[in-house]
Amino acid sequence: MSTLVFLEHHGGELQKGSLAVLSKAAGLGAGDVAGLVVGSGVEGLAAQAGAYGAATVYVTEDARLEAPLPQPRVDAIAQLVAEKGIETVLFAQSILATDIASGLAARLEAGLNWQLTDLVAGDGGLVGKQSALGDSVVVDVGWTSTPRIGLFRAGAFDPSEQAAAGTVERFDVQLQEHSLAAEMVEQAHAEESGPSIEDANVIVAGGRGLGEPEKFALVEELAKVLGGAVAATRAVVDAGWYPYSAQVGQTGKSVSPTLYVACGISGAIQHKVGMQSSKTIVAINKDPNAPIFEFADFGVVGDLHQILPKLTEALRARKS
Amino acid sequence: MKIAVCVKEVPDATAHKRIDPGTKRLDRSGEGALNAFDANAVEEALRLKAATGEGEVVVISMGPERALNSLRKALAMGADRAVLVADDAAAGSDLVATSAVLAKALEREQPDLVLFGQQSSDSDGAVLWAAVAERLRRPVISQVAELTLDGVSLTGKRQTEFGYDIIRAPLPAVIAVADSINEPRYPSLKGIMGAKSKPQETLSLADLGVQPGQAGEQGSRTEVLALSDPPPRGDTRKIEDDGSAAEQIVAFLAEKRLI
Amino acid sequence: MKIRPADYPPPFAPSDAIAAPTDPADERIEVGVLIVGGGPAGLACAIRLGQLLEESPETAERLGDVPVAVVEKGKSPGSHLLSGAVLNPRALRRLFKGRLTMDDVPGYGQVHGEAVYVLTKGAALRIPPPPTMRNHGNWVVSVSQLARFLAEQAESGGAAVLPETDAQKLLVSDGRVQGIRTGDKGRGREGQELGTFEPGSDIVARLTVLAEGTQGHLTGAAIARFGLEGVQPQIWALGVKEVWKVPKPLEHIVHTMGWPLRKSSKYGEFGGSFIYPMGRDMVSLGFVAGLEYRDVEFSVHDVLQEFKTHRLVRKILRDGERIAWGAKTITEGGFHALPKRFNAPGLLLAGECAGLVNVPTLKGIHYAIESGIMAAEAAFRSLQRGESPGRVGALDSYDEELRGSYVLQDLREVRNMRQVFDKGFFMGGALATAMTVTKGNLPPKDFHSEANADRTLIRTDRSSRYPAPDGKLTFDKLSSVFLSGNRTRDDQPNHIRIQRQVPHDLADLWVRMCPAQVYEAGAADSAGTVTVEVNPSNCVQCGAITAKGGRLTPPEGGSGPEYTLT
Repeated sequence: MSTLVFLEHHGGELQKGSLAVLSKAAGLGAGDVAGLVVGSGVEGLAAQAGAYGAATVYVTEDARLEAPLPQPRVDAIAQLVAEKGIETVLFAQSILATDIASGLAARLEAGLNWQLTDLVAGDGGLVGKQSALGDSVVVDVGWTSTPRIGLFRAGAFDPSEQAAAGTVERFDVQLQEHSLAAEMVEQAHAEESGPSIEDANVIVAGGRGLGEPEKFALVEELAKVLGGAVAATRAVVDAGWYPYSAQVGQTGKSVSPTLYVACGISGAIQHKVGMQSSKTIVAINKDPNAPIFEFADFGVVGDLHQILPKLTEALRARKS
Repeated sequence: MKIAVCVKEVPDATAHKRIDPGTKRLDRSGEGALNAFDANAVEEALRLKAATGEGEVVVISMGPERALNSLRKALAMGADRAVLVADDAAAGSDLVATSAVLAKALEREQPDLVLFGQQSSDSDGAVLWAAVAERLRRPVISQVAELTLDGVSLTGKRQTEFGYDIIRAPLPAVIAVADSINEPRYPSLKGIMGAKSKPQETLSLADLGVQPGQAGEQGSRTEVLALSDPPPRGDTRKIEDDGSAAEQIVAFLAEKRLI
Repeated sequence: MKIRPADYPPPFAPSDAIAAPTDPADERIEVGVLIVGGGPAGLACAIRLGQLLEESPETAERLGDVPVAVVEKGKSPGSHLLSGAVLNPRALRRLFKGRLTMDDVPGYGQVHGEAVYVLTKGAALRIPPPPTMRNHGNWVVSVSQLARFLAEQAESGGAAVLPETDAQKLLVSDGRVQGIRTGDKGRGREGQELGTFEPGSDIVARLTVLAEGTQGHLTGAAIARFGLEGVQPQIWALGVKEVWKVPKPLEHIVHTMGWPLRKSSKYGEFGGSFIYPMGRDMVSLGFVAGLEYRDVEFSVHDVLQEFKTHRLVRKILRDGERIAWGAKTITEGGFHALPKRFNAPGLLLAGECAGLVNVPTLKGIHYAIESGIMAAEAAFRSLQRGESPGRVGALDSYDEELRGSYVLQDLREVRNMRQVFDKGFFMGGALATAMTVTKGNLPPKDFHSEANADRTLIRTDRSSRYPAPDGKLTFDKLSSVFLSGNRTRDDQPNHIRIQRQVPHDLADLWVRMCPAQVYEAGAADSAGTVTVEVNPSNCVQCGAITAKGGRLTPPEGGSGPEYTLT
């Protein structure tokens, strides 16, 4: 059973999520695993993939492939699937990968399972573990035909080194007319002002426990040193301490960052449903009975006015 | 200019979304509502129509008969016409099957622009538009936060993990709008009362030329095998600050490879 | 400490809810009969009108493109409805005569026996059901589900049902009711117009039926405007209920009185509980207490949680799971608090907002339906003759019908029962029996009751007895509000009118009273005054604040709870 993993790259580096999926696939030990790199001037990246389990790394390069647009990549993968008899195509979820995987499903009439947190080899096939309904249920999903397409949730696991040959094989892709219709006029570049809440990997959130609006500065400092975004609970937004655009919760935004630091937040369910699928939750609250301690991975009962500045300082020191 | 908006009725998102352990599918027996993200798409279509001064906005959906209620909300907002593909054989369709049916419905309409919302609240999936675009063989742009039309082509400013891209594509095209693109309008009372008399068509799979085997569970390529409870969050640790809480947090974050 | 909520009245006058039409004539929405409230009374009225208009096309013609419209402030009919409920089917049978039977109506079957208990902390003494609590032949229903069903019937009969539409003002000009003005949508916290701003509309009608339920916003204004006040002030009770999924079916309906309420009349704690089976796998239970209580620490929600810890209730809920929660006031004043007249030029009052609730028997839904039917018939008569329903006296036949019906007869019989209670609602005391046996003629003296807000406050440490929420049997208010389906938009204007600087006892009263944790009291200053903070998006629009010194007004249409099983 041969597997192809799409290796997304940005700014001259293979994305960590793609490498994680690659090493997961290699670790399954269920047949050959290959990686795919698409772009312009990217052959150098291909070499890295061997260290994470790719027996082969397919590379296709073309000036028309430089912009990270999904449809030409559908052409590339579909071509490989047909030529090499690939049975499973895996992606690490991202905006680009989602569009590619979906287009590919239609092109190949192939099943697509998304929000996967794991993949196991079952009798004769593969079974995916899908997290659904705000992480309240795990669904075992399967494919009724090949090729299979799978989209793994961001941050589901980390890359692990699995030495493999990593032989580079170049190929040319025939691009379809409709795949060339969209044109990148201006490509995204890193924003100065820090990530938005929806995209942030790290979020530091403040609630009533801060005591007064000025204390949001403590939250902002911590967010800055962690490279994260600032969020707020409904209570403090209602009180005018922070704008509505930062509100996380039932009537605000839903987020699932890798790290969520809740400062002075009680963890009432109206807030919880907006952030419960965060991968790791750290909570600081002076009330030992606050509901947030029931679902925080690391809870600290203490005075955030003391703890936050010390934490920010300690992290800053580590960085330098 | 004809704009088609693909919408979906989803379980009304109050407390109890649950998967039915018998059918292993989402329990849709309660109240339904127009998927909130699709309201952004309908709103954008209405704005584009207003800007060009003429045209038609048609909302298209695949679902059970009672999904007409949600389509009426779009009509109350100002859409001109609704088309519902309602066929028992389509129940349980996955992405492959749903995109095939929607594509056929869209081919029948031949719109200049197809709009989708950002995701649907019932499956956390954000995948349908690219599959539909592929079947229609049209360019697709997703996560569009700002959309401008200039007659024969459009420009979309889209949010990605790395910032904003600006992408241009010729019409006809398929666009998925981000929820930040606009604030959907409230339907006016006149709109609500007038919605019932706007044209509403219900089509079967046969009307679209879709074979029963192409839709529903038969036409799907994925299946649900089992449901289980999520693993417990793992060791939750709780400490009292004795002055060293900050250091302990740093140690925890380092242990988790978060810093 | 002689503080009374009434000494701190809200910044609101009934005339604030009355206005003349302001939209230009071609922008007004015109309907034939406008019904305010998508509950049993309003929908029964719409259904009956549909039946009558079907048989009389010429009258239907005269009512224009939209002969009957029902406006409902909740997300859909039923979203804001909550009750026990055990329904007397006679009014529904009359409504659907020849078309449907009770088997077509969604419900949970007929009552199979009932038990009444007097509770103490550790025991439950079963007593024979008092004459007022005989429920043989009645049906267990969810009033929220019933409304959804009735709305479908109303629509197939030709009515336009318009949910998410709040009635902010009663339109009155030339001495008669012209219709309503609906509320704006898309305003921000400070009242500013947001990008989605949509102004309300004038809906004008030949005749308006107010069927707003408890604490009707326009009803209060109409009663003041047209001088319809009854002999005694209206009073209310607050009910908080939950629906549970249970493995062991409950075989009969249960009512209790006594614990955890305190017997001494100085506390003013009158009420009790109900526990009804909903089919084989669900149970509806709730606690009801009159809002004439005096203790600032009294909280019906917490008393319900405390009540569940009783052995009797634990047994019923064992291994169960809470699946719904809600709260709503119940109109308690009965016969003496009924409005002087139920009609005014161009206006009819139907259902609970007209005071038609029989508290000793805990019944009101069938009265609502019956009065809705009569309102429809009176409306039809006045429209048919080619007369104007706006003419003074045109609708007097409604009053005659209502007063001659069993509805008012029932209310008259129990007219003093509520006021003399000092042992709880559902009692078997000699006095109540005497009243029942003599059909309300003994004792002859008519007792007086004061308005809820006129009661002076006391403070005990009642709250020390409330159980700490364990998340399995007992629950806090916020997670309960979540379970009600409340997703009110946060950045709306505040719809609650209260004085913000009040003595701390009054503030504490509000904080505890509110089942949805809307109010918070800041720290007291040297004079003992606190500033009350309001979290309006928690509000489930129960109406308790209006009874105790404040005023609930309808928020943006579609806001509030989304009850489905209550």
